[in-house]
Amino acid sequence: MTILTFTLLVFAGAIGAGLLGSLTGLGGGVVLVPLLALLFKVDIRYAVGSSLVSVIATSSGAAAAYVKEGFSNIRVGIFLEIATTFGALFGAFLATRISTQAIAIVFGVMLLISAYLASRPRVPRPTDQVPDRLATRLRMNGSFPTEQGPRKYFVRRVPAGFSIMFGAGALSGLLGIGSGALKVLAMDQAMRIPFKVSTTTSNFMIGVTAAASAGVYLSRGYIDPGLAMPVMLGVLTGSFFGARILPKADTKWLRLVFGAVILFLAIQMIYKGAVGGI
Amino acid sequence: MPWTDQNVENVIGNVLRYGVLLSATIVVVGGGIFLVRHGHEPIPYHVFHGEPAEFRRIPGILTSAASFRGRGIIQLGLLLLIATPIARVAFSIIGFTAEKDRLYAVFAMIVCLVLLYSLVAT
Repeated sequence: MTILTFTLLVFAGAIGAGLLGSLTGLGGGVVLVPLLALLFKVDIRYAVGSSLVSVIATSSGAAAAYVKEGFSNIRVGIFLEIATTFGALFGAFLATRISTQAIAIVFGVMLLISAYLASRPRVPRPTDQVPDRLATRLRMNGSFPTEQGPRKYFVRRVPAGFSIMFGAGALSGLLGIGSGALKVLAMDQAMRIPFKVSTTTSNFMIGVTAAASAGVYLSRGYIDPGLAMPVMLGVLTGSFFGARILPKADTKWLRLVFGAVILFLAIQMIYKGAVGGI
Repeated sequence: MPWTDQNVENVIGNVLRYGVLLSATIVVVGGGIFLVRHGHEPIPYHVFHGEPAEFRRIPGILTSAASFRGRGIIQLGLLLLIATPIARVAFSIIGFTAEKDRLYAVFAMIVCLVLLYSLVAT
């Protein structure tokens, strides 16, 4: 296969990954890395490097749209980015130390967990109306627009959220993904931040987190321009159209299909990692 | 216009969007040059070699892009892309300082330092 054919195929695959990633909210990297590693037989280190670049592109590209909605909590974001960026540096250094097989297995396990989290129905719970001392001192409590006007919320359990965020950053740096699912979990479940606020805040944290490991990847030679080019452009195109279709899409059916794809990729990654075919 | 979280964020959001657009444009130009010159060659991604120094360090990337090498130009675009979140955090420092929120200006500064460390010192 020549570079030209390969570039066009990867570009098409990346559009698909970006489309699925934005429609399901899991991000492009989750499909992209297995696609490159399993189908295109790209060394997983190059796959992770180019995926990380595309993660930054989608996060930064969507920032303007998210900001306009007025949902994201900037203080919560900046504070938790301290945890995610240190985590990302740690994860990126770890990626340069452990074997590609180990990376593949961790990736597969992460896919399984993401599929589980995404398929689990979200139980709406009453928002806590009790202010938390630490969160209040850090001025994290906020409000978000609803049809009945702005609604206030109180942020809880800051240390728990901060710890999970370190883990989310480490996974992002190790696997070249945005780890948005884990970031949302930290804010929505641990810190009791309203779901919509959690997802939009997570989106803008993803780019900053990824940038923290991108420097390490770049200097270690994981970011190949020839490969990152079709990946970045494809994921960007895919997620742009994904965001357009999203309001009209039947996400319930989509999640089911996506869940099955993820499950299949997860098993493949773990198997290939275990027998050494990656 | 007063400095509030919301309008600081609006400015930042637009800066990021144009940053991504500019970076994608540069990548398209570099990609075009690369494909015209190397499109017919076999693919080298199955085995990991690590990139040569000219695509790994900022000075090398700049030199390579200045001599119109396709991959150097792509890498320059990617470098700009990596810089967009750094710009976002840098703007937050300014925003928080203007709001006289010293604590969060310091938080943003810590994040900014981690990002700069990763890009230039690792």
